[in-house]
Amino acid sequence: MTATAEEAAAPHEFPLPKILTNPASTPPTLITQGAEGRLYKTTYLLPDIPCALKYRPPKPWRHPVLDQRLTKHRILSEARILSKCRRDGLRVPDVYALDEAAGWLMLEWVQGTPVRININQRLGSRTEGIEDDDELKDLMRRIGAAVGKMHSIGVIHGDLTTSNMMLKPPAQQQQTTDGATGLEGEIVIIDLGLASGGVHDEDRAVDLYVLERAFGSTHPRAECIFGEVLDAYRQSYKQAGVALKKLEDVRMRGRKRSMLG
Amino acid sequence: MAFEIVQLEHVPSSYRIHLALFRNVKNAGFLHQQLLARNADFEYAFIDASTIVSRVHLLSAVFKAVNSSVNGTLRTPNVHSEIVVSLSSSSNIADAYRRFGVSPSTSDLFVVKVTFPSSATPEPPSADSISQHLTDNVEGDAVPATNETIQTITDVRAVRKSYKLNGLAWLDAIKDELLKRQEMERLILGGMALRGV
Repeated sequence: MTATAEEAAAPHEFPLPKILTNPASTPPTLITQGAEGRLYKTTYLLPDIPCALKYRPPKPWRHPVLDQRLTKHRILSEARILSKCRRDGLRVPDVYALDEAAGWLMLEWVQGTPVRININQRLGSRTEGIEDDDELKDLMRRIGAAVGKMHSIGVIHGDLTTSNMMLKPPAQQQQTTDGATGLEGEIVIIDLGLASGGVHDEDRAVDLYVLERAFGSTHPRAECIFGEVLDAYRQSYKQAGVALKKLEDVRMRGRKRSMLG
Repeated sequence: MAFEIVQLEHVPSSYRIHLALFRNVKNAGFLHQQLLARNADFEYAFIDASTIVSRVHLLSAVFKAVNSSVNGTLRTPNVHSEIVVSLSSSSNIADAYRRFGVSPSTSDLFVVKVTFPSSATPEPPSADSISQHLTDNVEGDAVPATNETIQTITDVRAVRKSYKLNGLAWLDAIKDELLKRQEMERLILGGMALRGV
């Protein structure tokens, strides 16, 4: 390793993936650590193109051959799904580059904040008048439309929460504009690491159920307007009604269909 | 001559990337012939500039090829042919050369040269000698490789075909030409990243 690499590595407790030990204009920063991998913020090609690097380090407790195969498979599967979504016009992060053998995936850095934060900021300490908050309800509808679009192109997210959606503010929005609600912008669905292809209404219903439950526990006071999400979902593609019907069954029994696992 | 050394993020410091753009190239047939003859003096990536939509598009291919070179996972004879192949969204190497590489009819040409110390050449050729060699051998007008210039060269129809971007209704519906180009670039990057995997 070179001197620059060590400098860049210093603030981290984990060793950097090899690609990030090469020189760059700004040192990479570790954003989060998940069960499977780490997310770094770094740059792609040029200093002014920020990107997210998802790194799945080798798991020493797995057999090396199996480990390599699983890592490869998961990187490629996420990249393929992202690329498919993007081609079909759903706003997800762009795929910039990947190295499945080295276990990393470079994605567009989506500006903005997770929807969870926007909702919580909007709610503040309010307990009343939430069901009449038209701007917030409009945000709910945009969420429903985005999820519907995703399902309509045959993708199941697998981990829908308000943390896995970004609200990307409009490009030329001024921070100080009067009348800005902090809820404007485009919904970008992120973290499709658990996503799969699927057109079964059952899978779609489970996706919605996971979102509904996650929403209820993350934003209990806004639960009363979650119906807006489902309502917009219903209008977003043709078979949405069937998936919503299935959702009622899933609510009755929970997300696992079989009693195994 | 408009010849630049490009610094890319996350590329080992021993690698140096040289880039030049020539317009009105008169001897593309000769250059093509040198590649076919595997003339060692012509170790360049010669790219038909009409297949490129932006600097980021081209530099993405360079980055991928350099990364493969560093990892020792090149799928073609050297880093230069790898750049051409990296532009493709398919894994067919011959097809990539044909689509993106120089051909006798090429009139606008990107030249990329990547140098790094190796056991065969511990001291890679200097930027000056590369620049001189290109000036002597490429009959064309060297121009700065700006996005503005690239845009006037791009054959959008051919690009859309190469990257299978036809029939995307939402893309066609974008009125703002600049935005449309940007979105095209994004789709292309995804296609390149996933090529053949």
